[in-house]
Amino acid sequence: MTAAQPNRLRQNGRIDRTRPLAFSFDGKAYEGFAGDTLASALIANGVSLVGRSFKLRRPRGIVGSGAEEPNAIMQIGEGAAAQPNLPATQVGLYDGLVARSTRGWPGVRFDLGAINDVFGRVLGAGFYYKTFMYPRSWWKHYELAIRKSAGFGQAPEGPDPDRYEHMNAHCDVLVAGGGPAGLMAALAAAKSGARVMLADEQDEFGGSLLAFAASIDGAPAAEWAAAAAEELRDMEDCVLLPSSTVFGYYDHNFLTIAERCAGSPDSSVGGGVRERLWRVRARQVVLAQGSLERPLVFCNNDRPGVMLASAVSTYIKRYAVLPGRRAVVFTNNDSAYRAALSLAGAGAEVAAIVDSRPGGAGDLGLRAQALGIPVHAGHVVTDVAGRRRVTGASIAPWNGESWENVESTIRIDCDLVAVSGGWSPAVHLHSQAGGQLAWDDSQLCLLPAEARQANVSAGAGNGQWSLGECLADGLRAGAETVSRLGLKTAAIRVPGADANAGEKLIEPMWRAPAASDADRCPRQFIDFQNDTTVADIRLAAREGYRNVEHVKRYTALGFGTDQGKLGNINGMAVLADTLGKEIPEVGTTTFRPAYTPVSFGVCAGESVGELYDPVRTTAIHEWHVAAGAPMELVGQWHRPWYFPRDGEDLDAAVARECLAVRNSLGVMDASTLGKIDARGPDVVEFLERIYTHKVGGMQVGRCAYGIMLGEDGMLMDDGVMARAGEQRFYLTTTTGGAASVLSWMEKWLQTEWPELEVYLTSLTDHYSTIAVAGPNSRGLLEKLGCDIPLDKERFPFMTVKPAVLAGMDVTLFRVSFSGELAFEINIASNHALAMWRTIMEAGVEFEGAPYGTETMHVLRAEKGFVIAGQDTDGSVTPVDLGMNWLLSREKDFLGKRSLRRPDSLRKDRKQWVGLLSLDGRTVLGEGTQLVGESGEPAAMCGHVTSSYFSTSLGHPIALALVAGGRGRNGETIYAARPGLEPLPVQIVSPVFYDRKGQRQHV
Amino acid sequence: MLLIECPWCGPRAETEFSYGGEAGIARPADPDALSDAEWADYLFYRSNPKGAHRELWNHDHGCRRWFGVERDTATYRIERSYVLSHTGSDAATGSDAATNAGTGYSSGNGD
Ligand SMILES: [Zn+2]
Repeated sequence: MTAAQPNRLRQNGRIDRTRPLAFSFDGKAYEGFAGDTLASALIANGVSLVGRSFKLRRPRGIVGSGAEEPNAIMQIGEGAAAQPNLPATQVGLYDGLVARSTRGWPGVRFDLGAINDVFGRVLGAGFYYKTFMYPRSWWKHYELAIRKSAGFGQAPEGPDPDRYEHMNAHCDVLVAGGGPAGLMAALAAAKSGARVMLADEQDEFGGSLLAFAASIDGAPAAEWAAAAAEELRDMEDCVLLPSSTVFGYYDHNFLTIAERCAGSPDSSVGGGVRERLWRVRARQVVLAQGSLERPLVFCNNDRPGVMLASAVSTYIKRYAVLPGRRAVVFTNNDSAYRAALSLAGAGAEVAAIVDSRPGGAGDLGLRAQALGIPVHAGHVVTDVAGRRRVTGASIAPWNGESWENVESTIRIDCDLVAVSGGWSPAVHLHSQAGGQLAWDDSQLCLLPAEARQANVSAGAGNGQWSLGECLADGLRAGAETVSRLGLKTAAIRVPGADANAGEKLIEPMWRAPAASDADRCPRQFIDFQNDTTVADIRLAAREGYRNVEHVKRYTALGFGTDQGKLGNINGMAVLADTLGKEIPEVGTTTFRPAYTPVSFGVCAGESVGELYDPVRTTAIHEWHVAAGAPMELVGQWHRPWYFPRDGEDLDAAVARECLAVRNSLGVMDASTLGKIDARGPDVVEFLERIYTHKVGGMQVGRCAYGIMLGEDGMLMDDGVMARAGEQRFYLTTTTGGAASVLSWMEKWLQTEWPELEVYLTSLTDHYSTIAVAGPNSRGLLEKLGCDIPLDKERFPFMTVKPAVLAGMDVTLFRVSFSGELAFEINIASNHALAMWRTIMEAGVEFEGAPYGTETMHVLRAEKGFVIAGQDTDGSVTPVDLGMNWLLSREKDFLGKRSLRRPDSLRKDRKQWVGLLSLDGRTVLGEGTQLVGESGEPAAMCGHVTSSYFSTSLGHPIALALVAGGRGRNGETIYAARPGLEPLPVQIVSPVFYDRKGQRQHV
Repeated sequence: MLLIECPWCGPRAETEFSYGGEAGIARPADPDALSDAEWADYLFYRSNPKGAHRELWNHDHGCRRWFGVERDTATYRIERSYVLSHTGSDAATGSDAATNAGTGYSSGNGD
């Protein structure tokens, strides 16, 4: 052992001693080797205190060696690249790695929160619920304190500089887990011609074979694993994913895999891709994730130095580090004896094996005794001494009764307690997929039962414990998937391996008795990460919690990254004992994704920054950008919001743009409006059913304002429609409704009225629309040169004509969304920018101005034109909006019958009205609640839907939905304003400007 | 994420589709003749079964066609997709698209 790494063994291990790696933990520098995990490197350096517990702030050490690790949860990296919440057991060591403990403030060695442990008893199950609820006004203080002391690290600030990516993949067989069973299954499937993906969370394939002394076909098992992986890698249709955790199993055999790229041997840290998310659709899945060892439950079983027996073996065999010098091994099954043998072989002293079973172990027990290790059969560890590190264990005889108090009879000095409470198959993915679980009363674990999707479990995850059984079960599972796929199974032999013939069965020992009752003795932990103890579970049961799902939420059992890995079975067993039930009657909590923590970075993949959401821009966009227009996001569209001149702000620019339209000329890019071409022999009949007005009465060349309702009678969308021919219409929708309206129309055509021959085509992107509005708009078009007469007799309001304008083919609409004389120029998108530029040049003479969405909103609000989706919210009928004139009495249309429903006829329905601020200057906030009286409390009677300052009128205007509003014209109501006196407002007509509508007809 | 068989395009990920509610809800021929309760029954009430459910899906990020799917609401297993016939309301006479029996590709268990 070297001074630098005091616990590093001189020989063996799957580490590369020629490649030392520097790293730091909590600011202190250390050294490990390539092939280490952060956990093994910390143990090599004698670091035994790695964090503080979540609630009680107890000092904690490393417990496991894999995904089950509850305590060594680290913050890795610094600054924006930092990642919180990673188990040190799953972080491959790399040069320059910076790690910090995430729980323990200001540091793990001195933690102010440890006072929680002193005030022990008040922090029982449900403590947070019971204590912090009252008084309610104090909650904000509680919350701050809890947030500061809770959590698993800090979210990094600033954009993550690392790259992440997503891969979509399809395969015949996905094998989750690359231990002996998984490798055999993958070989069986791949050799039979199936396209195989094999993923394993470790950076080397082999699973448990890397950590235990075993042989296959006479050679070291790890060599067999390496050869099997090599053989698979060489096959054409086989993808091998090391350092990859299958963390989610979703519907229809869709699985997600997180591949850790940085830190693996092939990619440099900080460059390339840090993590990759594989989204895999697999025809068949083999679940071979192995099993997780359970701790034993006794007093102070969370002290640093209490470690899973399999982890002890793994650290010695795989990483060549010795987690302790003088050990006590505590078990209720044979497997922990291997840890004793490993410890002895590595030069540690095994002071005792404490085995709760009166008969002790099988062959492994004889081997231990041959080495002179004392075995205390029929005994249990009742307590351990030491706070930051175990210093000794108390042992008492056990008569099989968990709840009778006992005095310890033996006390043994030690710095390590290796524990094994048996093994739990990792049934997480099977359960996520909807599969059933069954309790096995002889093996004392949940086994995968009937699967709901196309998956097969194999190996230790299927209750096959010996190496020989695992290999055979893997082959069986692989062959099963092959036959389900309809392929011919290739002949493969099961390699020769031990079958553990001489083992004795596990015996239950769910809670070691103590010197006092379970509720008074030192804490006995079930779930280390969430500080859930035996006493907590018993308290929950006493308070009436019976259902395991409720107990889970009350005690936090299995929360956090644990997700039922360590504490699940022990917790179920203690709950069952307390309730006087059998374990299967209590049942288990539901396993949900993710199996292990998954970073937000890998979930987001490349969908960050500019690629976060698709961006839609109009054909004229580059002009808007050059003009310095800020953009407003409307769905995915980027629309110019306003066009500032000489440093104008929003209000100044909008005031100027509004006056330009009202007094002379304004030009707007309206290209984002949805456009649908509807044609066919039955198009009139179809549109009669969709729109509320009489479509058949429209002459060719006429335009009409149309609205469509849902079958519930509520306004869905609106827009101008034009009859372009006897059997052809041109429909416009709102910008946001373009896709949904098309889908809605298609649904009726395809599912309800297939007898109608109508063809719908979206033209939204093919045509651009330029609105020219204002008294001089006609003059502008004449100046541009138009081949048709534009006067009001020959081209009246609400008509449409094809034309040649400025030498370009256009369709001219005489429609207006501003109330002014206006035209909308529809032009093929390829020519739109040229037309826009031409208009801008010609418009200078009229002092015309481009205007954006804000001015458009003000102009239409002055005229009382509704915007579907702003002034309506899916609960507003056309009657509420005062649009009765649009509802044809002569025909049926979608939603018409609903307008007669009793609810639609209520007198107190909210109706659309205008509002004036009586102080003449306050612009109400959109969404402001309206009340009938100024005092408190007052019943709400409506809300503001649109609100602006009208420069043309010289005062603010607002539109609102008010209960019975149209019958209350002239009435004063009040606008609620947080922190201010309610503002009196007057109900008026929603049309503020040019009430007679004369300006658009000139 | 479901794997849905579009009768025209084949098996595609659920993200390409949108859901259209229960199939077999025929629009009344004469809504005006219905009582409020009868109209409400058409408008609001759905069978919401645990088990086999015929429903409408739209391949809106694909061929834009509406079609029927028979799906188990408890297991999410899709038994079949079908082309709508006559009034999309009734699918009983619709012709099956591929059902993938034997492969488990779209519907879970392959046996
Ligand atoms: Zn399709």
